Amino acid sequence: MKKQKLVLVGNGMAGVRTVEELLKLAPDLYDVTVFGAEPHGNYNRILLSPVLAGEMTLPEIMLNDLDWYRDNGITLHAGKKVTKIDRVKRRVIAEDGTEAEYDRLLLATGSTPFIPPIPGKDLPGVIGYRDIADTEAMIEAAVHHKHAVVIGAGLLGLEAANGLMLRGMDVTVVHLADWIMERQLDKAAADMLQASLEAKGMKFLLSSQTDALVQGESGRVCAVRLKDGMQIPADLVVVAAGIRPNYALAESAGIYCGSGRVRGIHVSDTLQTVTDPRIYAVGECVAHRGMVYGLVAPLFEQGKVCANHLANFGIGRYQGSVTSTKLKVTGIDVFSAGDFSGGPDTEDIVLHDKQGGVYKRLVIKQNRIVGSVLYGDTADGAWYFQLMKDQQDIHEIRDHLMFGQNHLGDTGHKGENKAAAMADSAEVCGCNGVCKGTIVKAIKEKGLFSLDEVKKHTKAASSCGSCTGLVEQILASTVGGAYQVVSAHDKAVCGCTDLSHGDVRKAIRQHKLLTIPDAMAFMDWKTPNGCATCRPALNYYLISTWPHEAQDDPQSRFINERSHANIQKDGTYSVVPRMLGGITTPDELRRIADVADKYAIPTVKVTGGQRIDLLGVKREDLPKVWKDLGMASGHAYGKSIRTVKTCVGAEHCRFGTQRSMAMGVDLEKMLFGMWSPHKVKLAVSGCPRNCAESGIKDVGVIGVDSGWELYVAGNGGIKTEVAHFLCKVATREEVMEYSAAFLQLYREEGYYLERTVHYVHRVGLEHVKKLVVDDAENRKALYGRLLFAVQDYKDPWAERCADDAAAPLRRQFETLEA
Amino acid sequence: MMMTELDKLTAAVEAADWKTICALQDIPVLGARVVHSAQGDIAVFRNAEDEVFALQDRCAHKAGPLSQGIVHGRQVTCPLHGWKFELASGEAVAPDVGCTRAFEVAVADGQVKLKV
Repeated sequence: MKKQKLVLVGNGMAGVRTVEELLKLAPDLYDVTVFGAEPHGNYNRILLSPVLAGEMTLPEIMLNDLDWYRDNGITLHAGKKVTKIDRVKRRVIAEDGTEAEYDRLLLATGSTPFIPPIPGKDLPGVIGYRDIADTEAMIEAAVHHKHAVVIGAGLLGLEAANGLMLRGMDVTVVHLADWIMERQLDKAAADMLQASLEAKGMKFLLSSQTDALVQGESGRVCAVRLKDGMQIPADLVVVAAGIRPNYALAESAGIYCGSGRVRGIHVSDTLQTVTDPRIYAVGECVAHRGMVYGLVAPLFEQGKVCANHLANFGIGRYQGSVTSTKLKVTGIDVFSAGDFSGGPDTEDIVLHDKQGGVYKRLVIKQNRIVGSVLYGDTADGAWYFQLMKDQQDIHEIRDHLMFGQNHLGDTGHKGENKAAAMADSAEVCGCNGVCKGTIVKAIKEKGLFSLDEVKKHTKAASSCGSCTGLVEQILASTVGGAYQVVSAHDKAVCGCTDLSHGDVRKAIRQHKLLTIPDAMAFMDWKTPNGCATCRPALNYYLISTWPHEAQDDPQSRFINERSHANIQKDGTYSVVPRMLGGITTPDELRRIADVADKYAIPTVKVTGGQRIDLLGVKREDLPKVWKDLGMASGHAYGKSIRTVKTCVGAEHCRFGTQRSMAMGVDLEKMLFGMWSPHKVKLAVSGCPRNCAESGIKDVGVIGVDSGWELYVAGNGGIKTEVAHFLCKVATREEVMEYSAAFLQLYREEGYYLERTVHYVHRVGLEHVKKLVVDDAENRKALYGRLLFAVQDYKDPWAERCADDAAAPLRRQFETLEA
Repeated sequence: MMMTELDKLTAAVEAADWKTICALQDIPVLGARVVHSAQGDIAVFRNAEDEVFALQDRCAHKAGPLSQGIVHGRQVTCPLHGWKFELASGEAVAPDVGCTRAFEVAVADGQVKLKV
């Protein structure tokens, strides 16, 4: 089939990004031709300010060099400005007569600096600030001239002024409004910013209107005259009074570009022009739902959607963007997002430390952040922006909000830096829409070590660069520490497969896979017999999905589960006999004492789960120790039920309302033999004093006068988390049923090595409540499946003791001689 | 004349002999057995292809018992901190760096013989 022809007019960031996205989706669909008015490849316009400031060079800001166009088979007409679109014959014509036919046309003509109609605006030495040529003109002017005036104290104007100042010019900024960056900052923040720029040597004339630009003897501009008659010397005038979408070409071709206030190429949610379905438009030239965007992030969002439609996928709508701004002036941190002006129905939270140079203002409307302005300390800007975009209800964290994300309290993560504490879904690079999870995944999977590599693979920090520091922190925390990020959702199980845990679970269930070799063959495992990461996971998924049918493979279990004891740093083991509910007898204690003496066990310790731990047992002694103990395995080594901790409860305690010991014993008996994605700990307290610490357990039960309260997904480990209230039940039987149903749901849906806290965090408590509390039939089915799974489970210690020394599972404890 | 440590070692190597330690079936597939020897504990592994390997039963990292690790392909993962070793050479798998001693081992008539 003959390829269709796609022509892109506008070789800038928005257009070329769209082509890049398109090539990812449908590399062979189109012959692509690109027209660009500038004689370059595609470069990062946002970084012109650092170039002007002498912090970067032009080659460093190139995004797509000429080789890129050649390698992707794209015809590039650089330096050729398209002047006509012939919609009937479907072709575009450039200034020099070059023509190209199209099946689909993409307009990305960007914007042009707005130059107010003041006398002298066309004099030599008067420029806008838009492209490489402007930047070079400014750099050149700074070499030969002394005085510069920047008209307009917006983002671009201040960056230009800063750059010129760093190049040695004497810079005055003339601004019409009462304070600088009035579209991004409130007066308080603007005053602080102005003060720090003044401290660097920049001069400001606010509430000042330019009357005329005065010509000097050389013919070049020599001064700026203001309305009040004041005249300022100027060898260079940079006009940064805003930008206007560049829609002249489109309008001349009869494409609707609006009238009145909102002007720009009008597009629908698919980025198709409303006039001609063959013509698409993206970027600053576009008007979408009455909005024109001049920042990079929305343009990239548009590009993604547009590419999807160009690729004929037809999914995805662009629904507008929420934008945030950062000023790229080294040493000054300013962040602004959303509506910061406030109104009668909004309230403010303000922190203002004039001396310390910190200003933070959050604008709240109905318990949601609608705007924020940060000056001096912008570290939490990304977090506030995320809260704003997610429209998260903040009333619970309101009193800590101003102090940032780190002050929310998370004992388990203390000592880690901000990057490590960020959620995987938190956006790091606002320009390219890259979240932390994507960066971490790339770093881990592709083995990235440098910022450049991360930029290359993820695009994070490759546009405006203001998130560079954060990306570096993430890189350091990912590569440098043993910290494991918990999002298992899309991550491949390990290097042996591209499938995620969810995919693997699904395949095992749908295709009734019963052995590890079958599962690996079916899912095209890349390695002959997996690795130490995937084999235990597969083994768990098999036996939990198909109990009594799938084959349990001891060689795919971690040593602790294979030897029914917990390996210690010196290669010895710890032995924890079962004590249901933490209750023992004088007889058991005597046997434990005798065993400790007989096998010279160095340490005997009471555990956190109310059991007795014999530490330092030699592997060869394990079966003998078990035999002499005459107790069942406490499973203190397994991804399994560990312990049910209890308080003494109504049996003895004068405050007890329920018989917690009996309840705990019943639960632990029921769950004996339950393997799970990770370890499972329960607790039963007899009254709300909660002496068994039910609030930080996978399942916590608290007796109250009228019954029992059930809590789930608590954790006392790495991530201390208070358990969520699941429901209240009346009877012992209900406690058993609800607890078992929750655990069975976790067993069926949890990913291997995912604790209940992370599982519930992933699927949501509502999901759990729906299936366990609201749906009685489903609850009973889950309960039934759990009972079936643990049915006929034999104590492994007793089995090993009874085995012949050469039996397959017993011989691991026998040592050979040579 | 006093024997130096080197002399002792050389003598031991020269005296090394092939010793039958067990039948191939006595080692689980994708598993290992531990052999006591004059040179310390030796882990004898069997992989899915019935290849047999022998390494000093000490991880180069923190001396973990490699015999208790999970065997996959021609590698074993240490049970303590997850270092991986090549069963044939005893070399740690990158990015970790280290080595544990490998011993010669062979299977004849279904019997595993170890040179110690």
